Amino acid sequence: MIKTEVAVIGGGPAGLMASLAAANMGANVTLIDRNSRLGGQLVKQTHMFFGSEKQYASIRGIDIGKFLASEVEKNPKIKIMLDSTVVAYYPDDGVLGIEVEEKKWVKMKADRIIIATGASERFLPFENNDLPGIYGAGAVQTLMNEHGVLPGKNVLMVGAGNIGLIVSYQLMQAGVNVKAIIDAAPNIGGYWVHASKVARLGIPILTSYTVKAAYPNEMTGALERAVIWKVDDKWQPIPGTEKVFNVDVMCIAVGLSPLAELLWQAGCQMVYVPELGGHVPLRNENMETTVPGIYVAGDVAGVEEASSAMMEGQLAGLSAAKSLGYDDGSYEEKKNEVLRELEALRSGPVGEKIRKGLSKVII
Amino acid sequence: MLAKNGIPELEELSVRIPPKERLAKGPVVMVECFQKIPCNPCAKACKTGAITLGDDINNLPMVDYEKCTGCGLCVSKCPGLAIFVIDETYSEKEATVSLPFEFLPLPEEGDEVDVLDRAGKVVGKGRVVKIRNGKYEDKTPVITVAVPKELSMIVRNIRVGGDK
Repeated sequence: MIKTEVAVIGGGPAGLMASLAAANMGANVTLIDRNSRLGGQLVKQTHMFFGSEKQYASIRGIDIGKFLASEVEKNPKIKIMLDSTVVAYYPDDGVLGIEVEEKKWVKMKADRIIIATGASERFLPFENNDLPGIYGAGAVQTLMNEHGVLPGKNVLMVGAGNIGLIVSYQLMQAGVNVKAIIDAAPNIGGYWVHASKVARLGIPILTSYTVKAAYPNEMTGALERAVIWKVDDKWQPIPGTEKVFNVDVMCIAVGLSPLAELLWQAGCQMVYVPELGGHVPLRNENMETTVPGIYVAGDVAGVEEASSAMMEGQLAGLSAAKSLGYDDGSYEEKKNEVLRELEALRSGPVGEKIRKGLSKVII
Repeated sequence: MLAKNGIPELEELSVRIPPKERLAKGPVVMVECFQKIPCNPCAKACKTGAITLGDDINNLPMVDYEKCTGCGLCVSKCPGLAIFVIDETYSEKEATVSLPFEFLPLPEEGDEVDVLDRAGKVVGKGRVVKIRNGKYEDKTPVITVAVPKELSMIVRNIRVGGDK
C-alpha cells in the first residue's frame, strides 16, 4: 500500500496546477496520470490561450503544458506516476486502486484526493456514424499534433464550438482541406475570433445544419460522402435542404462530458447540470465535494476553458494542503487571488452559461 | 454576420475602423475584436498605452488612436489573431496591411502573393514588404503586404503559392 498526503488524479491543466499549489504549501503530493507524459489535452493545443497572465495568456497550450510539467518534475514534494490509471475508489476505507502500465495493481491511501480527470467527447447519432474516417476532434488532434499523422484529405467539421473551430484551423495548417464547419445551433458557439480566423481561410461556417447520414466507398468501406440538412428552430431536420460533401473525414466536435466515474464510486453527491456538460459533483467554494477530503478541479467539475481549469486546480490544491495543516501564512491571500481570477474569467457574457451552471452546484 | 459565419458585416466592423484623419497620418492599429471574452494580452503588449481594457478583463479593447504608433507589437500577441496594422500612407497608390500568418511556407520579402478578404476570397495581388518572425513573434509571424489603397480595409489574409 502506497501512502501519500495528497493524491492528484489527472495531469492536465487542473491536476498540474493542483499538484504545484499543494506541494508549494508543503504537502507531499502524488500525481497520477494514465498517459505516458504529463499535460493532458494541453499537449495538443497549438493555439495561444486567452485569459490573463495568471493563466499564461498569449502562450500556446503546448508550451504551457511543457512549462507546468517541468515545474512539477522539478518539485521534490511531488511524486509522479505515469501510465497509471486510477480505476477504483473504495469508499469503505478510502483506498484507490491503480492499474500501472497495464500489468501491475497498486493500492494507494491518500489523506486527500483531488480528482482532475477531465472530460470525454460526446458523439452524434446518425446513419453510418461508425464508418472509418469519422473521428472525434480529440482523435484528430492526437493523430496530427502528437503523432504527425494526417487523418485524411477533405474534412467536414461537425461543431462550431471552440474545439471545432480550433481543430479546423489546425487541419488547414497541416495542409488538410476543411470543406465546411456545420453546427445545429443557430449561432456559432465558439469565440468569434476563432470563427473569423477560419472564415479568412475560406472555410464556410453553416449554422442550423446537422448530419443526415454518412456513406462509405464501396471498395474500401471508408467514409466517402456526407449529407447534411438544415434544422428548424425546434431542431427538426427540414427535408429538401440536403447538401452533399465528398469527404474522407468527418470530425465530430459536439461537446464534452465530465469523466466522473470516480466521483460516482466515491459516493459524491452528483447533479445533472446541462450548462456544465452533464453530471457534476456538488462542491463548496474550496472545490471540496460532499465526501470530505475529496476535491475536484477542471472539466470533471464542469466543462469549461483550460484557463479556469488551471485556477480551479490551484484552488483545490491550496485547500487540500490547508486542510492538512499546511499554511505558510499565504493561504488566504492566494485563495482570494484565485477566486478573483475565476470570477473575472466567468463574469462576462460568454461566462453566463457557466455562472448559471455553477449556481446549481456550489454549496 | 459574426455570430452566423464569423464574417463581420460592415456595420459590425465600422466601430473598429480607425478615424480617417488618423489613417492619413501613418500606420495605425485595427483591433477586430467584437466579443467580450476574458482576454488581455493586447493591452499587456501595448507599450504606449494605446490599447486598454479598463478594470474588467471581459471588456472589448479600447484604442486611443492618437497614442497608437502602429508599432505592431500587439499583432502577434493577440490569441484571436484579430489585430492588424494599416498604413494608408505607404505610397501614393498603395497601403500596407500587417497581419498575423501561421502557415507554411512563409513568403519571402518581395514575393507577390494572393490577398484575401475576411471570407477567404481572393481579391487581388499584393507584395510582401516585410516579415517579422523573431523570438518575440513566437511562431506567429507578422507579414506586411502592400496592396492597392482601396483594399486596405478589405485584405485580411494572404495565400502563398496560389490555390491548392
